[in-house]
Amino acid sequence: MNSVFAAVITVRRGLCLCYALAGLLAHPYGMAAVLPDERVDAMYHYYEGGDVKVSGPALLVRRNVGDSVSVTGRYYMDSISSASPDVVSGGSPYKDRREEFGLGFDVLHGNSVFSAFVSTSTENDYQADTYSLNVSHELFGGLTTVNMGYSQGHDVVSRVDTSFESEVNRYSYRLGLSQVLSKSLLLGVNYEGIAEAGYLQNPYRYARVLGAYTEEIYPGTRDSQALALRLVKGFAQSSRPVGSSLRADYRYYRDNWGINSHTLGAAYQFYIGDRWLGDVHSRYYQQSAASFYSDNFQTAMTYMARDKELSTFQDYSIGTKWSWTFLKQRYLSVERASLNLAYDYIYFTYDDYTNVLTGQKYSFGANVLQLYISAWN
Amino acid sequence: MTRTHLLLAPLCAVVLLGGCAGVKSYEREMLADPIMSFSRDPVSDQYVDHVYDVREGARGATTSQGGGCGCN
Repeated sequence: MNSVFAAVITVRRGLCLCYALAGLLAHPYGMAAVLPDERVDAMYHYYEGGDVKVSGPALLVRRNVGDSVSVTGRYYMDSISSASPDVVSGGSPYKDRREEFGLGFDVLHGNSVFSAFVSTSTENDYQADTYSLNVSHELFGGLTTVNMGYSQGHDVVSRVDTSFESEVNRYSYRLGLSQVLSKSLLLGVNYEGIAEAGYLQNPYRYARVLGAYTEEIYPGTRDSQALALRLVKGFAQSSRPVGSSLRADYRYYRDNWGINSHTLGAAYQFYIGDRWLGDVHSRYYQQSAASFYSDNFQTAMTYMARDKELSTFQDYSIGTKWSWTFLKQRYLSVERASLNLAYDYIYFTYDDYTNVLTGQKYSFGANVLQLYISAWN
Repeated sequence: MTRTHLLLAPLCAVVLLGGCAGVKSYEREMLADPIMSFSRDPVSDQYVDHVYDVREGARGATTSQGGGCGCN
């Protein structure tokens, strides 16, 4: 528990320092901040990989109330069927459904936008409630935007086949910044510290000690830090101010479970004519294992995990997204609308996780599909 | 200097350099285009973040918010 408080205090000190600095440098005549776009998005999503299928709808509605308030409603549903090796080794294939409802408000005040968001997620064996606060403030005539956020979550973990029940508390601190570097170059920097305490393992998974299955035992706390850098460069076209853009992302992550990870991403977006927008993108991720992870322990330890998400592994993905603007002129209250289709292929390879069904090192490919309509007011 | 300070240093450096860009208001037409945004489609970005979040050990510093697991 002490490590949780230490991480929280350290992150708070960093936030105070940067916010004090930002306050000192605030430009009194900066461009006014704006509320997020008024829009409606309706999506069907589908994931298939590693003998797991997840699909369902998602909906986002964002409307303004007056000139300075925006209201956001969100619904998301996962319908899950699973027979992945780690689940089969600890039980049997299963079906599950997760529903998430979210409601948020953004309030515009001068150069600042204050945001609050509440969400609740329900499964038959997992309940999660999250409360978030965020403030963004524009400086230097709109060239710099500083964001600060805090989230608190409370989860209840249970099993469908026993009376087992436990809890998790989660605290997240975010600091972000976007900076105009030139008329065609943007930089984004985001930091997030997360402190968790409670029952952090999966009640259905098991560790192996000399080949025999036993209950996993995780530490009761987890503190993590992530820093992401993003760059977007635009390229002009004769017929429009910007015809294409290139985005590059990097994220460094570490936590006190011993996991270190690096994520690299790149995307190229380009207009074709005045109705089509194409996107090709790629991503690479790699992580080291948690200090208490083993595929097969040689002796019983204080903490033991055999969750493949805590092992040493890499994943690569390539994908494409196409948007067709089928409505370009106002129709009733809709100003513009597009139909969007996205596909990603992800390949996971595990260095120290064995598929118990085959005895081989585990790897699998996943197909991810999104189909959605977006409409702007 | 702790690792936390090292992680936060780039943010503070960018704030300090913030006023140096010198891009006038009338030069920001490119920046207003949706393809110059870090997150053009919130529903899609939140979904993709969730797909990775439940299958990878790392979390945080993405565009998503919200809770739940969906990964048992």
